[in-house]
Amino acid sequence: MGVEVATNYAKMEEDISFTDSQLVYSFRLALKSVSSGDTESYSKLVDVMNPSGRLAPDEAALLLTSTKALSGAVADIDDLHHEKLLKAIFNLSLWNFGPDVIDALLELIVLLAASNGKHVDSCLDMLVSNFTPPNKVLDMLKQPRGLDKKERVLPRVHAALKNISELVPMAASRLSSIVLEQMPWKSKRNVDQWSMKRQLIYVENMFKLESGAIREFVGANMLKDVMIVLRDLDVAIGWDDILHDDSSKGVFMIELEDENYADGDEYADEDGKLPSTLSETSLSKNLTAELLDSLMVQTFEHLESSVSNKRLSEVFDTLLSSFKDTVLNTYKSKFTQFVMFYACALDPEHCGTEFASELIDMFVGGHNPLTRMSAVAYLASFLARGKFLPPAFVASYLGRLVDWCWQYCVMHDGDMNPKLHQVFYSGCQAMMYILCFRMRLMVEIPLLKSQLFCMPIDKIFKHKLDPLKVCLPSIVEEFLKQAKAARLFTSSKTFVFEDLLVSNLSRDFGGLERLDMFFPFDPCLLKNADRSFIRPNYVYWKYVRTTYHEDIDDDDEEDGSDGEVEGVTEFDDDMEEVIISRSYGDNDLEMDEFDYAMNKMSITPRNNSSAGLRMPSRIRPSMSPESL
Amino acid sequence: MEGLSVVAANLKVFLQPSQSNNLSLAIFRELSALLFKYHDEFDGVLLAYNVHAPENKGRILPGVHPFIAVRLEAKLLVFSPKPGMLLEGKVVKVTEESTIHVIVLGFSSAVITDEDIRNEFKYKTKHGQGLYVNRSNRKHVIKAGTLIRFIVKSMNEETLHIYGSLKPANTGSIKILENSSEYTNTESVTINSTPNKRRRREEVAQMTEHGGFVKDAPSHNNYDREIKKSRRS
Repeated sequence: MGVEVATNYAKMEEDISFTDSQLVYSFRLALKSVSSGDTESYSKLVDVMNPSGRLAPDEAALLLTSTKALSGAVADIDDLHHEKLLKAIFNLSLWNFGPDVIDALLELIVLLAASNGKHVDSCLDMLVSNFTPPNKVLDMLKQPRGLDKKERVLPRVHAALKNISELVPMAASRLSSIVLEQMPWKSKRNVDQWSMKRQLIYVENMFKLESGAIREFVGANMLKDVMIVLRDLDVAIGWDDILHDDSSKGVFMIELEDENYADGDEYADEDGKLPSTLSETSLSKNLTAELLDSLMVQTFEHLESSVSNKRLSEVFDTLLSSFKDTVLNTYKSKFTQFVMFYACALDPEHCGTEFASELIDMFVGGHNPLTRMSAVAYLASFLARGKFLPPAFVASYLGRLVDWCWQYCVMHDGDMNPKLHQVFYSGCQAMMYILCFRMRLMVEIPLLKSQLFCMPIDKIFKHKLDPLKVCLPSIVEEFLKQAKAARLFTSSKTFVFEDLLVSNLSRDFGGLERLDMFFPFDPCLLKNADRSFIRPNYVYWKYVRTTYHEDIDDDDEEDGSDGEVEGVTEFDDDMEEVIISRSYGDNDLEMDEFDYAMNKMSITPRNNSSAGLRMPSRIRPSMSPESL
Repeated sequence: MEGLSVVAANLKVFLQPSQSNNLSLAIFRELSALLFKYHDEFDGVLLAYNVHAPENKGRILPGVHPFIAVRLEAKLLVFSPKPGMLLEGKVVKVTEESTIHVIVLGFSSAVITDEDIRNEFKYKTKHGQGLYVNRSNRKHVIKAGTLIRFIVKSMNEETLHIYGSLKPANTGSIKILENSSEYTNTESVTINSTPNKRRRREEVAQMTEHGGFVKDAPSHNNYDREIKKSRRS
């Protein structure tokens, strides 16, 4: 095609129109002449490739033809003499141009990378830097105009990446490290609106790479890097710092009120306010939490799309190894682990089994005691909270856990020693925790009931090692109550529930990291992630039917219509330990909306005893079917 | 295809103490980190290794970090293309600017610019993709997907990028070259009626190995003359 070009290339002033090959020839001359000192045409070329501001149509046309001609002259571009030109090319942001200019530029980049190995890194850098748009576009990404631009640029960039790795196979191995380097948010930085938006679209691109044409080479690294970002953000949210009071026994709150609904002034409850500490940390005002929330949602959506692409098992394998490396031993991680939870919820049969097996293998066969305790805490929390896990599944893993604990008892004929037998005590606590949530279910199914009754649970508790004294009192108490009601132990007389005061023994076995109070899958406080994804698959303590409460109407169980009308148990205010309250009956029926209840099994911090025993008890007519 | 060689090497690996519970895995990891990179010591790119530890134990070095030194004996597959060597690769693209992009051994990218392609190849566009057709033998086509043989001009060791040339007569599409060399072999045998056919074939084989032409083949001589002509002009 011969195009009319308004040339400033002085040498060819007589002719107005050139053929392509003539243009390429003149460019090659210009490039070659630089080494001999003649930079006139070269400088003009650099100027063309350095457009500023909005491009008028003829400027755009000039850029387009120049780019196409340059593509023909790539072999003559070398990094030594043509530094300025290369710099100009690599600084261009594709988001400012129309589709044909973008195509031409990407073609140039691909050919540049293929022609000379030295340019590969810079070309990849340029492409990755185009994952995020300039600030103007960043603002309007949610609007149709912004979405259009995104659709125009991103698929082309990914296609260019694929083309480069086809022409230069080794480029793919460079790509992962370049993507990691250019991440907008890195740990220990503050999150502001801009970095949040940039990070979101950047991670979107990382997921595209994970599932795209070159996923063989970069996919695993993309997933791992995303998990690291999630974990870093999670750790940066100073939740523990605010809530954790050293003087008190520490807090573990299972159910928490999320006051941060946008729609929810109606939800403000005067009677039972949140302990002030919680509302101070209202996560919605925290940008880091917001970013983590949005990234978690993106991750969940990506998992869902992996299911439709039938790729979930390979994605899960990478996630699991990344989990073991980054999340398992990070005790400050509060929400990142829900990625694993949701992945298992999407495919309980394979992913759930794999996850649970891996955890129990790490517990039974691991070397590092901290890792083992962490693994069993994850297992317990997972089996307790996963609504999608059938009771038989839970029973089989519980059985393995009990067997291990009993074997340990047999082999160690020692006395109670929290520090020495910390792994054992964490195993026992895990056992009890699981049973607190699931005993009723297991007892209701005859086969599982007989399995449960065959397990040497009472022998373990009667053993010299005396786990009941060491494990966390609230859990022990709850477990004993349920066990008594289910008549799990032959002689309940031995286990009279003594007034267990603050038990420092649990702190001893928990160690510095307080693994005795580590319940990794406690409710997720990230609004969007929880509401749309986690909640339907999650078991809330509030809705757990325990063995000691009586259903008013047994027939209604299947309908799940009115849900639970549970009895109320309250403890004395003075005991700074266990407060178990149940949702009240019909009298307090106020809202029809589905909402959380306040914690049911919690230890209130000493400071906030004024917050009252009476945690807000709003009735939620339980719309969610029981975890059956 | 030249440039590939198997070398025997004595290596020493230093492993971290944390890897002491699985030394063989650690050794493999260390060696695998060397793969597909150019090493001065081997004078080439390491492609594969076969390793064993003759002593079956390692020495703990004294010091702040007590690394474990393990002696290894290895057989290494090394790729070291030098200028003038013949390489084989698959064409992935023939661009509009008449450059041929080739991939060698699946990992190394090579480029042959149009200046390095002999004149008897003419660039054409067909069905939207570019290709080279030999003027003398219209069946000799080089396009995306063709396996070709080319000469190395130079190699960038850092990026494993090779610059190639299709100037010599024994370069081009492998299929055509193989067919024509069979043809010329039989020809040379019948024309030069030497008593010892085996010796003849050995000579021919030797010459190709050293990268030269098969001088006896008459067809090749023609190409030779053509090239010389074009050089003069």
